[in-house]
Amino acid sequence: MSHSADNHINPPEGWQGYNCHNLAIRGARLFDPELKLDMVSDIVILEGKISSIGPIPKDFGGDIIEGKELTVCPGLFDMHVHLREPGYEYKETVQSGCLAAVAGGFTGVAPMPNTNPPTDTPATVNFIRQQSAGTPVDVHPIGAITAGRKGDQLSEMAELNKAGVTGYSDDGSPVPTAELMRLALEYTMMSNSVIIEHAEDTSLSGKGVMDEGAVSTALGLPGWPSIAEDIDVYRCIRLAEYTGGRIHIAHLSTKESVQLVREAKARGVNVTAETTPHHLTLDCTILEGYNSNYKVNPPLRTKADIDALIEGLKDETIDAIATDHAPHAHDEKEVEFILAPFGMIGLETALGVVLTKLVKTKKITLSRAVQALSNAPRKILNLPVAKIEVGAIANLTIFNSDEKWTVDGTKMLSKSQNTPFGGWELTGRATGVVNKGIAFVRRD
Amino acid sequence: MSELVLNHLLGLQGIEPSKIYTILDTADEFLKVLDRPIPKVPPLRGITVANIFFEPSTRTKISFELAEKRLSADVVSFSKSGSSVSKGETLLDTVRNIEAMKIDVVVIRHHAQGAPLFLTERIKSAVINAGDGSHEHPTQALLDMMTIRGHTGGFEGLKVVVLGDIAHSRVARSNIHGLKAVGADVMVCGPSTLIPRDIEALGVKISTDVDEALDWCDVINVMRLQLERQNQGYIPSLREYQRTFGITKARLDRIGRKIVVLHPGPMNRGVEIDSNVADAPGSVILQQVTHGVAIRMAVLFLISGKERTDA
Ligand SMILES: [Zn+2]
Repeated sequence: MSHSADNHINPPEGWQGYNCHNLAIRGARLFDPELKLDMVSDIVILEGKISSIGPIPKDFGGDIIEGKELTVCPGLFDMHVHLREPGYEYKETVQSGCLAAVAGGFTGVAPMPNTNPPTDTPATVNFIRQQSAGTPVDVHPIGAITAGRKGDQLSEMAELNKAGVTGYSDDGSPVPTAELMRLALEYTMMSNSVIIEHAEDTSLSGKGVMDEGAVSTALGLPGWPSIAEDIDVYRCIRLAEYTGGRIHIAHLSTKESVQLVREAKARGVNVTAETTPHHLTLDCTILEGYNSNYKVNPPLRTKADIDALIEGLKDETIDAIATDHAPHAHDEKEVEFILAPFGMIGLETALGVVLTKLVKTKKITLSRAVQALSNAPRKILNLPVAKIEVGAIANLTIFNSDEKWTVDGTKMLSKSQNTPFGGWELTGRATGVVNKGIAFVRRD
Repeated sequence: MSELVLNHLLGLQGIEPSKIYTILDTADEFLKVLDRPIPKVPPLRGITVANIFFEPSTRTKISFELAEKRLSADVVSFSKSGSSVSKGETLLDTVRNIEAMKIDVVVIRHHAQGAPLFLTERIKSAVINAGDGSHEHPTQALLDMMTIRGHTGGFEGLKVVVLGDIAHSRVARSNIHGLKAVGADVMVCGPSTLIPRDIEALGVKISTDVDEALDWCDVINVMRLQLERQNQGYIPSLREYQRTFGITKARLDRIGRKIVVLHPGPMNRGVEIDSNVADAPGSVILQQVTHGVAIRMAVLFLISGKERTDA
C-alpha cells in the first residue's frame, strides 16, 4: 500500500509511503542509546505512537516493514541546514530539502535564517513551517539574531520565541561586535533559548577561501586562519560565562577551538558545539585541485584538526554533528575557485559518512554517533527528544548499517548536487524515516 | 624526442627536472633562431593559438604573441578590456567558445588561482598558464632560470634568493618550485608580513634581512612590489620598504663580489630596485625579456605536439 492519506506529500520516486495509523517494523535492531535499548524486536506503531515493542500481534492488520538487517534508532535531527526558501528556491526549497533529509534519515532539521527575507519575523517562521507540511520532517526554523541579519540591532526575539523559535543565529556571518553578542545572550536568557554563533573574526579571515597554511601558500589562495575561529569562540565563551546566557558554536573546525570549548565546559559555562561530517573527514590538501565543491566556510582544516574534532566528539566536548547542508546551483559552483560560493550539501551523506569513517573505524561508538545525530541537537534547541519506548511519538530513523553504496550527486533528492563526497563508497545508509504520522521507506 | 613532452603547462610545482631541462635546452636553440636575419620557423604552421588575457598585461602578452608568430602559428588574442569578458562573460562561457572555435593551444592569464586547471578539465586544447592570480607563472620562472643558467652554468647547489612580496607573487612560487626541482638552494626574503605562512614547507630558507640574504646568495630575483600593499597595510611605507629591502648599488657593492640580479618587470625604480642597478653594465634584466620569447617558443613547440622530429 502506498497511498498518501491526510494530505501527505507523495514519497519520492523509489520510495514507499505508509501512514502510521497502523504500521509495524518486523525484526529490526532497536537502538536507543539514551534508554540503553539495544535489542532485536518487532515494533508496532498505532496512530503515530509506539504502541508495543515485542512480537507483532497475530491479528495485526496494518502494513509491515521487514526489518531484517535494519536498525531503528531515534529520529535523526540536523540542527544546521540551509533550505534556501524563501528567496533562493532555485538552490533548494523546504520541500526538496525535506526530501533530502528523508533520504539521509533525518526526521527533523533546523534551517538557518539566511534566506531572503531572512527569518526574523513570525510570518517567515510560519511560512517555512507550512512549506514542510505533509513531509515526515519536523522543520524548526532558527531565527535571526539581528534584524534583517544586518548585524546592527537585535531582531524581535521574544516575538520569534512566541512563534516557536528556540535558537537564533546570523549564520553565514558572525555577530559583529562583542557588545551585540552580549545583548543577544542576555536577551535570550528570558526564554532560555540558545544563540548559535558562526564563529569567525572577519578582520582576520578577510577574503580567505581556505585554511591558512602550507596548502594555501602553495596554491596562492588567501587563507582563512584557524585563529579567526578561535578568537570568536573565546569571545563567545567569555560572554556566555559573564552573562550566564547559552551559546552554541556552529560548525566547529579547529583543534584550538575544541580545547577552548572543553575548558569552558569544565568551568560550567553554558556552551555547546557542533561539527560537521566534512570537517570530521576531509582535510585541506583536497583543495589542491581547486575543486569548488570543497570550498566551505569555515574551511576544511588539517589532519590534526580532524583528530581533535573526533576526540572532542568522543568526549562530548562537541555535542552534535550537523551537516551545514548548503545547496548551490551547478553554475554557481562552476566558476573560478575564488569566486565560487561557500558551502556543500550534506543531508543525504551524513549518516553514511559517519558510519563508514567514524563508527566502522571504531573512532566513535554507534551510541555516540546516534546521540550526536539525534537527541543531542534537540536538547540544545529545547525540543522534545525522540525515544523508542511505548507511548512515545513514533519519530524514528531506519538504516542499514551494512549497505554499501556509492555517493552520486546527480542522484540526490536535494535540488543541488554540490556534494564533496561524490564517488565515495560508503557502508551504511538510511532506509527510511517514521515521523508526523507517516513513514517513507526506500524500496530496494 | 619523439614523444609529447608536455600536455599542458600549468605550473612548476611537482614538475620533473628532465622536463625543465628539455624546455631550457629547446629555448637555447630557439634563442639562436631569434638571432637569424629572418627569425621565423615553421613548426606551428596550422596550429591555432589563442591568447586569453583576463588581466591586463602588456609584456607577457606581447612575448607570447611574438613567440607564436616566430613559430608560424595562427594567433588570436583577446583581453579583458577588448572583448566580452568585460561585459561579464564567465570563464565557463569562454571555455565553451574556445571549444567551439577549435583552438589547439590556449595561453591564459587570469586573476583567479586555478583558472588554467579549470580550463584543462573542460576543454581538449592544450593550456599554458601565463599567470594565475598569486598561484604560478611558469614561463616567467623558466625564463628566469634560462637567464640564471646562462650566467652561472648550472643549478646544483646554486644559492638563489627570491626577494620581496612572496605572499602575493606567482613569480616567486614558480621560481621556488622550478629552482628546487633542479637542485638549487632557495631562500625567500622580505618583510614578515609578505612571507606567507608555512612557506618553509616548500623547502625554502627564510630571511628578513636583505643584507644577510645578499651575503648568502649567488643570484637574487627581485619581485615587483605592488604599490597597493602599502594601503593594504602590509608595509608601513614605500620609503621604509626601499630603505629596508630595496636593492641598491651600495648594498651590492658591500658584498664585494658579483651576483646575478634579476627582475621580472615591470620595475618600480627606486622602490624594490634602483635604476643604477637595473641599468648597470652587465645587467641581465633586458636579457630576461629576450629569453622570455625563447622560453615561450620552447613551451609552445613542446606542447603543440607537431613536427616533433624536427627538434
Ligand atoms: Zn556558518
